[in-house]
Amino acid sequence: MEYILETKDIIKDFPGVRALDHVSFQVEEGEIHSLCGENGAGKSTLIKVLSGVHPYKSYEGQVLLKGTEQKFSNINEAEEQRIAVIHQELTVFEDLNVTENIFMGNEIETNGIIDWDLMYKKAEKWINKLKLENVNPRTKVKSLGMGKQQLIEIAKALVKDAEILILDEPTDSLTDSETEILFDILNDLRDEGVTCIYITHKLDEVFELCDSVTVLRDGESVGSDKVNNLEKRDIVQMMVGREINQRFPERKTDIGETVLEVKDYSVVDPENPDQFVVKDVNFELKAGEVLGFSGLVGAGRTELVNSIFGAFPGEKSGEIYLEGNKIEITSPKDAINQGIALVSEDRKRFGLIPTMDVKENTSLAALQDFKESLSLNHNQEISKVRDYIDKLNVKTPSIREKVSKLSGGNQQKVVLSKNLMTQPEVLILDEPTRGIDVGAKYEIYKLIQELSKQGVAIIMISSELPEVIGVSDRILVLSQGEIAGEFDNSETRVSQEKIMMAATGGN
Amino acid sequence: MKEAKKEEGFLGLKKSNFNFDIKTYMMVIALVGIWVVFTFLTKGTFLTSRNLSNLFRQSVITSVLAVGMVLVIILGEVDLSVGSVLGLCGGIVGILDVWVGLNPFLTIVSTLVIGMLIGLWNGWWIAYRGVPSLIVTLGGLLGFRGVLLGVTGGTTISPLSKAFNYLGSGYLPEMVSNVLGLGLIAYIIYYRLHKRKKKKEHGFEVSSLTLEIIKIVLTSLLVAMFVMILNSYQGIPVLVIVLLVAMAIFTYITKNTVFGRHIYAIGGNEEAAELSGIELKKSKLIIFMLNGLMAAIAGILLSSRLNAASVSAGDGAELDAIAACVIGGASLAGGIGNVLGAVVGAVVMASLDNGMSLMGAPMYWQQIVKGLVLVLAVWFDVATRNKGE
Repeated sequence: MEYILETKDIIKDFPGVRALDHVSFQVEEGEIHSLCGENGAGKSTLIKVLSGVHPYKSYEGQVLLKGTEQKFSNINEAEEQRIAVIHQELTVFEDLNVTENIFMGNEIETNGIIDWDLMYKKAEKWINKLKLENVNPRTKVKSLGMGKQQLIEIAKALVKDAEILILDEPTDSLTDSETEILFDILNDLRDEGVTCIYITHKLDEVFELCDSVTVLRDGESVGSDKVNNLEKRDIVQMMVGREINQRFPERKTDIGETVLEVKDYSVVDPENPDQFVVKDVNFELKAGEVLGFSGLVGAGRTELVNSIFGAFPGEKSGEIYLEGNKIEITSPKDAINQGIALVSEDRKRFGLIPTMDVKENTSLAALQDFKESLSLNHNQEISKVRDYIDKLNVKTPSIREKVSKLSGGNQQKVVLSKNLMTQPEVLILDEPTRGIDVGAKYEIYKLIQELSKQGVAIIMISSELPEVIGVSDRILVLSQGEIAGEFDNSETRVSQEKIMMAATGGN
Repeated sequence: MKEAKKEEGFLGLKKSNFNFDIKTYMMVIALVGIWVVFTFLTKGTFLTSRNLSNLFRQSVITSVLAVGMVLVIILGEVDLSVGSVLGLCGGIVGILDVWVGLNPFLTIVSTLVIGMLIGLWNGWWIAYRGVPSLIVTLGGLLGFRGVLLGVTGGTTISPLSKAFNYLGSGYLPEMVSNVLGLGLIAYIIYYRLHKRKKKKEHGFEVSSLTLEIIKIVLTSLLVAMFVMILNSYQGIPVLVIVLLVAMAIFTYITKNTVFGRHIYAIGGNEEAAELSGIELKKSKLIIFMLNGLMAAIAGILLSSRLNAASVSAGDGAELDAIAACVIGGASLAGGIGNVLGAVVGAVVMASLDNGMSLMGAPMYWQQIVKGLVLVLAVWFDVATRNKGE
C-alpha cells in the first residue's frame, strides 16, 4: 500500500553523535501517528529532516511523499508540499496581535497591499474553530496564556492548508482543558482527512488520541504498530528496552552524614504566579552520595536546583538546611560561599564566558582565592588552573585558548573545573553529559565517582535513564513539580521501566 | 607535540605569544603609519617635538574619557553622558574657583566627588532599576548640560587661578622629566625580570632571555624617546602626566584585580558571570561611578587647559571617547577591550585632527576622515575575528 509519508533508512550524523540510524517510518493517510521516545531518542531530529530544517544531502536516505522522493532544501519547500510543523518551543510574535500571528508569512494581499478586513474576518473563524474564549482577532498574543498561544501556533499551521501536520510535544504547556480542546481539533482534522504526526512521551495521550505509534530509541526505530494492538507496558519497554551499552564506572562509596536537607520546598512560576513549577518537595542528601533526579523535560528539576542555588527568579517557599543549619540563599554568590556549586544544563548560556580563555573561565568562580592584598597572583592562578585542567584531562592547546574553540566535552570539563575550584560540599550537575561524546561522558562519570569518594554530595539531573541508573545511589523522580517516586539504587539497580512509569504518571 | 614545535619560530617565539594583545600591536602600527604619512604630507612639520607635544596635549581630554569609557564598554554598556558631565564638572571648577574663591585643592576634590555622584546616579538607574544604559545616559547627556546652563547662567567663567593654569598649560622641568623617565625604565627592567623569575619559580616555561632583553630594550627606548622628544620642546606637559597616572591605575585594575576580571566576565556573558558568583549590580554601579570620576577629571583638565569654563565644553566628547575605545579594539558587545588600546585610539583620532589641520585641510575633511577611520577600524576587527573562529 502507498503511504502518505515514508522515510527509508535515514541516517543523520552530528559531530561525534549519530542522531538517526537507518530510521524507516511510515505514516498512513488520515491517521494520527504518534512518534514516541525518550529525550534524545532522535524524534526532533527526524522531524527536522521531514520538514526541511535539515536540508537534503545533510542526511542519508530517502523521504517519500505519496511515493515520490522529496529533496527539501529548506522549510519553505516542505511547506509548499503542505507539511507544517508546530515546534515544541513557541514561535509566536508576542507583540503582534492574533491575526498578525495567524497569517504571519501568509498575509492576504491584493497588489501588495494587505487586506486587513479579510484577514480579521478569517481570523475570527479560526478563533471560533479553536474555541479560543475571550480572544478577538486584535488581541495581543502577549496577553494570552501559554496554552492559547500554542493554539494560535496551530492556527498558523492550519492556515497554510497543511496536509500533514507535525506537532512536537504540543501539550507540554497546556492545561488539561486546553489539551481537551486540542484533541477535539485534531480529531476534527482527522475527519477532514488531515494526517498528523504527533510527538510525545506521554503515553496516556498516545492511547487517547493516536491510531498508530512508532517508537524511536537511540536514533533507531525499534517498533511500529497500531495502538489497538499494544499496551502501555509494551511501549515503555520499547522506549527503554536497550541493553545498557554505555559503561559506567563501578560505584563504591561510603555514604556519610546528611549534608543538605530541603523541606517543603515550593517554587512559583515567575511568568504565571498562580502556578507552581516545584511543589512541596522534600529530600535530603548525604556526604558522598550521588542523588539522581529523573523525570521528563519540564518536570521542574532544573527549576528546583536553580532555585536552591539562588538563580531562579520565581518566588520560593520552604527551608534549606546545610549540615543542620538553616541557610538563606538569595544569590548564586551566597550559594557558592556556602559551599554549593551548580553546573547548569546550558553551558553556552550559563556556563561559559565566550570572550575569555580557558584559564579565565576556569578560575572565575574562585578568583578570590588568588587575591594577594589588591592584586591577583597570576602565577598561583595559572598553577591551580593547570592542576584542574590536568586532573580533568581537558584537551586544549594552551590555557590561553578561547573556550569557544574547544569541543563540547572539553568545554563541559572547563565548566566543571570552574565549579570544583570553589571546593563545594554540594555539587549540583544539571544534565552534565548533554551533547558530549561517549568518551568524555565516561570521564565525567568517573569524576563524579571520584568526587563522591572524597565526600562531596552530588545531585545529578539527567534525562537519560541509563545514566541516572548507572551513576546514582538513589533516584528521585519528579513529575509536574512534585516528587513522584524515590528509588534506592545502591544495591540492585532500579529498572528503567519503573522510573519511566513514575515519570509519565503511570502506575 | 609535533604541531606545537612547528609553531616555534624566530628566537623561539611561539605564535601564542603574539595572539595576546595583537590588536593593540596592530593599533600601534597603524598609529605609526599615520604619523609617517603625515610627516611626508607636512614636509616634516608633523614630527617636530613642538607638534608632538601639542598632539599629546590635544589628545589628553579624549584619552581620559576613553580610559573610563573603555571599562563601561567592556561591561557591555555605554555612557553617552560623559560629554555633559565633563562640561558640568568643568563649570563647577569655574564656579568654585572664580566665583566662590575656594582653594584649588578643595575645588578639585569637590568636583571629583560630584563626578562620582553623577556616576552613582547613572549606575543606580542602570544596575538597580534595569533601565538600559543608552537611555539613562542619553537622559544624562541632555540633563547635565541643562544643569550646567542653569548653574552658570550660560556665561563663560574665567580666568582660573594659577594652580589650574599650571595643570592645564604647565610642563615638568627637564630634570624632573629625566628622573621620572629613568625611574620608569628602572621599574620596567625590574618588573620584567622579576616576573620572569617568579614564573620560573612556579616551573612555567618562559621566553628566552634574549627575547626578554630585546623586549626590555625596546620598551626602554620608547620611554627614553618619549621623554627626550618632549624635553626638547618644553618638557612633559602636566596634562600628560595626569593621563599617564590614570592609565597606569586603570590598567592595573583591569589586568591585576579580581574586580577587573569580573568586568570582562560580565561583559562576556552576564548570566554565566552571575552564576559564577559575581555581583552584577554592584559591579555595574562601581564602573559607572569610576566613569563619572574620569569625566570629572576630564572636566577639570579641559577648564584648566582653556583657562575658562564654558557652557559648550565637552560637547560631543562622549562620541569621541566611544570612537577611541572602538578604534582601540573594544567591542560594543562587551567583554573585549583594554585601556592602552583606548588611549591609542584617542591618539589616532587626535593625530588625524592635528595632521590635517597642519595640512590646512578644512574642518569638514577632518570629520569625514575620522568617520571613515572608525568604520574601517571596526570592519578590520570584524573581518579578522571571523577568520579566527
